[in-house]
Parts: sequence; C-alpha cells; structure tokens
Amino acid sequence: MHLMILPILIPLFAGAVLIFLHSLDMRPQRAVSLLSILGQLLVALLLMQQALSGDYFFYQLGNWQPPFGIVLVLDQLSALMLLLLAGLALLSTLYACVGDDRKGAHFHALIQFQLLGLNGAVLTGDLFNLFVFFEILLIASYALLLHGGGRERSRAGLRYVIMNLVGSAFFLIALGVLYGVTGTLNMADMALKVQQLPAADRPLIHAAGALLLVVFGIKGALLPLLFWLPRAYAAAAAPVAALFAVMTKIGIYAMIRVFYLVFGGDDGIHLSLWQWLWPLALATMVIGAIGALGARSLRGLTAWMVIVSVGTLMAAIAEASIPALAAALLYLVHSTLLTAAFFLLADVIQRYRPGPRDYFVTGPKLRHPVLLGALFFTAAVAFAGLPPLSGFISKVWLLSSVTSFWGYAVFWPILLLASLVIIVALSRAGSALLWRQNKLEPLQAKAPASATSLVICLLGLSVLFSVLAQPLMTFATSTATQILTTERYLSAIPLGGGL
Amino acid sequence: MEILVALMLGVLTTCGVYLVLRPRTFSVVLGLTMLSHAVNLFLFSMGRLHSNAPAVIGAAEQHADPLPQALVLTAIVISFAMTAFVVALALRSALELRNDHVDGVDKEEEPI
Repeated sequence: MHLMILPILIPLFAGAVLIFLHSLDMRPQRAVSLLSILGQLLVALLLMQQALSGDYFFYQLGNWQPPFGIVLVLDQLSALMLLLLAGLALLSTLYACVGDDRKGAHFHALIQFQLLGLNGAVLTGDLFNLFVFFEILLIASYALLLHGGGRERSRAGLRYVIMNLVGSAFFLIALGVLYGVTGTLNMADMALKVQQLPAADRPLIHAAGALLLVVFGIKGALLPLLFWLPRAYAAAAAPVAALFAVMTKIGIYAMIRVFYLVFGGDDGIHLSLWQWLWPLALATMVIGAIGALGARSLRGLTAWMVIVSVGTLMAAIAEASIPALAAALLYLVHSTLLTAAFFLLADVIQRYRPGPRDYFVTGPKLRHPVLLGALFFTAAVAFAGLPPLSGFISKVWLLSSVTSFWGYAVFWPILLLASLVIIVALSRAGSALLWRQNKLEPLQAKAPASATSLVICLLGLSVLFSVLAQPLMTFATSTATQILTTERYLSAIPLGGGL
Repeated sequence: MEILVALMLGVLTTCGVYLVLRPRTFSVVLGLTMLSHAVNLFLFSMGRLHSNAPAVIGAAEQHADPLPQALVLTAIVISFAMTAFVVALALRSALELRNDHVDGVDKEEEPI
C-alpha cells in the first residue's frame, strides 16, 4: 500500500546515510548505494506489475485529499520510467564502482539524490511538486557533472547551471500564471479548471503553456536551447554521462505528462503548442545530425546522437496520435539504453587508447581489437536502426505510425536522412578508432573486464528488446492509450470539493 | 499598489534579463538573483494583492491566499541555495580557466 512512496524514500535515506559514510572506505559506500538501487529496481518491478492492470493508483501524502495535498500518481508511463531509471542507474553505478567513484567526493550520495529527484518527478501528480523534484535532480546533476574536476567540467558545468537556473525561473513564472488563473496546482484539478475557463483567460493559459514548453525544451534539449548539451555530456565522467542519457528524456516525460493531461482538453491548447514543437523537433534532428558529422570524439558524437534521438521523440509526440506516441515510448527506452552504452563504450575505448583517447585519429594497434570492434559494431547497428536490433524495430514502427501528409513529406525524409548521416558518422568513428592503425608499438593498456562486461550488459538489453518486441509493443500501445484518454485519469482521482 | 508591483516586476525582470545576457560571470550571477527576486514577487502577487489581510481563514473579514506564500518560501530557499552554488562554481571556474567569461571562443578549449 505504501509501495508508491518507496522510490522516493529509499534514495533519500540511502543518500543521507552515504553522507555520513563519506569518511569510510569506498566498499561500504558502494554496498549501500548498490543495495539502495537494487531496492528501487525491485520496487519498480512490483509497481510495474501493479500498473499493468491498466488502472491508476494514487498515494495521498500525509493523507491530505487532493487537490489540497500532494498526490503521487502511478500509471503505466510512470512505472515504465521508474523501471528504466532504476535499470540504468544500476548499470552506471556498477560502472562507477570500477574506479570513477574515487575521483571525487560524495559520488554515491549524489547519485542517490539524483535518483530521488528523478523518481519523484515521474511519480508526482502536482505541478509545483514537479518543480521541486526537478530542482532536486538538477542540483544533484550540477555536482555530478563536476565530479572528478578539471577545466572542461568547470567550463561546461557553469554554462549548464546558468542555463538551468534561467529555466527554473521560467518554470516558476509559468506555475505562477497557472495558479493565478486556475487557483490550483494539482495537475488533474488544473485540467478540469482549464476546461471551464472563460475565454478571456485563455491567452494566459497559452502563454503559460508556451513557457512550460521552453522549460521542458531546455531540459530535453530542443533546438534553440540545446547548445549546452554536447559539451556538458562530453565533459561528464562516463557513468555520469550514461545516467544523464535519461535526463533529457525526463524533459520529454514532463511534456507528455503535463501537456496531454493539463492542456489536452477538447479545445486543444496542446495542439497549438505542438505547432511550435513539431518544426523545432525536426530542426533539432537536422542540427543533431550535422553535429554528429562534425564530432571529433566518440563522447562528442554520442552527445549529438542524444540530440538526434530527442528531436525524433519530440516530433513523434507532436503527432499526438496513439500509434505515434506508442512508438515514441519504445524509441525512448531504446535510445536511452543505446546512448548510455555509447558513453560507457567511449570510456572503455579511452582506457584501451591512453594516448589518442577516443578522438577520431589513427592510433597504434589495440590490445583487444576484435572484442572492441564487435561491441562498437553491435552498438552502431542497434543505434543507427539497421536490422535486426532494437533501433530497426522502433524506427520502422515510428515511421509506419506517422501517416499524415506532412509526416510523409517532411518527417520521413528527415528521419531517414538523419539515420543515414548517423550511419556515416558512426562508420567514420569506427574506422578511425578501431580499423586504421599506425605502425607504432601496439598499446598494452586495457580496461578492466568488469567495465567491458557492463557495456555488453547494456547491449544485451538491446538484443533482449528486439527479442521481446511484440509484448513491448503491446505494452507501449496500451500505455499510449492510457496517456491519451485523460478522462479516465480525471474520473479516477479522488478530488475533494473547493472552498 | 497593483501598478507599483507591476512596475517593480517589470524593472527587476528587465534588469535581470539584461544582466544574464552579459558576458562575465559576475553580472550573470547578479542577473540571476534579480530574476529570482522578480519571480518570487510575481508568485506572491499571484495570490492577489491585499493589505491588512492575514493568511488565516476566519481571523479577519478578508483573508489572503496562503498557498503562494508557501510557494514563495520554497522558491526563496531554492534560489538562495542555487545562488550560493553558482557563486562558488563561478569562482572555481574563474580560477581554473583564468578568465571569467561565460561564453566566447577559448583557444585552450578541447574539441569534442
């Protein structure tokens, strides 16, 4: 019954304990951190089992009835996000245990606070509470980005922090407008109030919606607001960058949740927002593909691939149909896992090539060229969307779900061209890193087997994803149906009367 | 009072936006502080402006909306902490990079 609050409580207490364990050896810290994440994974699985029934579950904090108290909401979308977060956090924390967590203080405590913010943001049903959890996850991410120190991280970190602080100010302005007009902060209650508003107040709601689009655009890296991302993700330590692969997706989650629910009434305020989102998302894909061609290191290339995937997702969301949204959910999981795998793989390659690191320059022969080549090839095939791995399935489904005229005329060519450009960029990367060799003494350095095996694990998930494509597609379709039929949410939530 | 608050909000936001767009970290931090002041004032005024009205039901004939006051408290705490953090970060990056520019081309910057 109290299961729903556990994804917030477990990391909160684990993080607090980890602060006190700071002076001890790494081993107890790692144990507490991993135990906490395993616990979250277990809870996420139980919650997923609960959510699979297709119902909504509500948890009233402090037993205060909504809209007066804060309510947590569990549906298939939030269960999916919880599972993705816990799984990715487990793999990236395990990767950090290979040695990256020693490079700065409080790594594990920060990871826990980051998870606290992420889990809270996907569970909450209250708009101001969403802001608070966003702040928690951002504050933790600022410190995680700087983990390990160094000039590049300070530089990228400062820009990232300033950008997000301005975003937070915008978020609060939007919340203020929405509260001033509707008198509530609960998302479901706000959705009901927005539908009953007099026509004179509508422009204010539109303005607040547009402000929220800017805020989630900053988190999710939409075109004019994405230039903080490549340097920040490329500068972050590998396990942090792998976890950050899901951070842009939280912006997309917030778009799906808030816009479809709050502004998704019959008058279609969200449709006017999608008119902005759709062209910007397509432009994001184009700029991401251009950036990927210009990248000089595997970390940089991966950061631009994150942007391409974000653009693809947002364009699919703006289609506002059940098949497109379902395909987008599947693509979200696939692209998160694959970009995380690429960030870790870039780190493994850096450990194998101490001199040229992961820059696309010819280097000496590597110690295990076949292993690295196979890993890179699998990851590249899966991400670029070649059969038979997860990228192919999710992209084909995405293409077939977009059936409007503009979809055929604009979305199809851009998505296909962006995929082609990604294939070119990845082949260039692969041949520079692994194929071409100079005549110098072969390198003896290697990454620990545990690091390499975690990359194999992530890629294994992509293979598993392809094997289980049919049940996953059924699940994604029912989730998308649940998101788009907001009436069921609005009638299920136990709202109390107003004063 | 409405006109005064509206003017204050306008001036604070304008100064904040101008300063955030400046190239050096000191003015950017000042600009962020001003923006957060403007936002706090704005949130507060979203509960409508009253004078002599306590935020308690029944204590007086007219009562003010308590919720925006609670929201502003949360927002103040967060913006205070973030200002402290961004000052520390700005100092650190100024020391490490040996300049205090937020943006612009740096020849020592690693390509990515």
